[in-house]
Amino acid sequence: MSAPLLQVEGLAKSYAGVQAVRGVDFTLEAGGILALIGPNGAGKSTCFNMLNGQIRPDAGRVRLEGQDITGLAPRRVWRLGVGRTFQIAATFASMTVRENVQVALLSHHRRFGLGFAGRAYRAEADALLDLVGLGEAAERACGELAYGDVKRLELSIALANAPKLLLMDEPTAGMAPRERVALMRLTAEVARQRRIGVLFTEHDMDVVFEHADRIMVLNRGALIAEGSPDAVRHDPQVRAVYLGDGLVYDARHREGVPA
Amino acid sequence: MTLSVSGLNAHYGPAHILFDVGFEVGEGEVVAFLGRNGAGKSTTFRSLVGLVPRREGRILFRGTDIAAKPTHEIARAGLGYVPEDRRIFTDLTVEENLAVGLQPPRPGAPTWTPERLYALFPNLAEMRRRPGGRMSGGEQQMLTIARTLMGNPSLVLLDEPSEGLAPKIVEQMADAILAMKREGLSVLLSEQNLHFARLISDRAYIIETGRIRFGGTMAELAAQPEIRDAYLAV
Repeated sequence: MSAPLLQVEGLAKSYAGVQAVRGVDFTLEAGGILALIGPNGAGKSTCFNMLNGQIRPDAGRVRLEGQDITGLAPRRVWRLGVGRTFQIAATFASMTVRENVQVALLSHHRRFGLGFAGRAYRAEADALLDLVGLGEAAERACGELAYGDVKRLELSIALANAPKLLLMDEPTAGMAPRERVALMRLTAEVARQRRIGVLFTEHDMDVVFEHADRIMVLNRGALIAEGSPDAVRHDPQVRAVYLGDGLVYDARHREGVPA
Repeated sequence: MTLSVSGLNAHYGPAHILFDVGFEVGEGEVVAFLGRNGAGKSTTFRSLVGLVPRREGRILFRGTDIAAKPTHEIARAGLGYVPEDRRIFTDLTVEENLAVGLQPPRPGAPTWTPERLYALFPNLAEMRRRPGGRMSGGEQQMLTIARTLMGNPSLVLLDEPSEGLAPKIVEQMADAILAMKREGLSVLLSEQNLHFARLISDRAYIIETGRIRFGGTMAELAAQPEIRDAYLAV
């Protein structure tokens, strides 16, 4: 049997004596959609930053398809196929939508030395924009896009690197409810098609319960639950520390009625 | 009427952002300002407190037109503002952050003390000596609201108070806002989470591309799904 896409063992990190993450273990298979949820300050961002090399863990191992990538620099982790999107989208506002994707493709193909002629990887860029539904907006300045479209552009930029694993930190933050669900539906479709593993953090339970096939719950740096959306939704400990009474997300997710 | 706004226009440089915006907040009322990202919610709030350089219109706050007043005078008049990005003092403790917000009691507005605020936000009571920079996003959001209440405002503007917060914290926020209302405080909040807005609001306005598209009770909004569909993308 081949190694899982992502295997994390005993991941730990302390800051000034405070244990931010204490011994986190999990695996993620190619094509799987895994949500990491938990209270504000539970250690979700620290976990993310250790997976893509922005923070060096105190202990533990991160393996990508069996290869140990623990402590590698972020750009090396990115080269190995780990993409990331951010809470606040990171795009070039003055470039066109297409140029943003072209720059990502130039970087992916390591062609920065050739300069940016505007024609490079144009067809490939347009294919990615079509995939996320931005084909019509290719010529527009990125700064003019509505926020939901910027988030879709960010997804196409991440896909330009042909990632094996995509880390998404609160991908739908600041979006309108319908845009949120649409963005994650698109992400899940592309991920399943292309066998990309997706790990995402999110506070919108409508998004999480609708699109994650597995959910992990982090509290005070430790995993307190892991399983199907249905199992996690009914876990009394998860309700006590995180979900509350379920008044602020869709009732059908609260009751566990299929959509 | 605590706040009565009419003919409000706002500009950022050459861009015209708000078009003849008008709305009201009654005494002790919780009013939701709903709309998508970029619809004009934050610009409206920033216009009310004088943070948008070019604005025209009438902003009657407790009977006085504040449209031409500078921000600090608007704050002193009892209009509290909690911006989206929170902005606590990260090097100061919870107690110290609260002390910074202290203003004399104001006639016609509830009077707050640190102890009363700790009762309103029990999470803060457990971390009085903690520096703001070592608090989670939810705790920081509560601290910003508590610090604003230390100024004893008669109206607070909360810009997306539930954004990025854990569901359980959002529920606590809803309880706190309802408690503020019971004290007689008026609240105007911008939101995209309709579940949350429904829990606490008496009335709602919908803003889209800088124009008010709907104003009514939460029941009226619930009865008009086509409006929610067109402007809120829910």
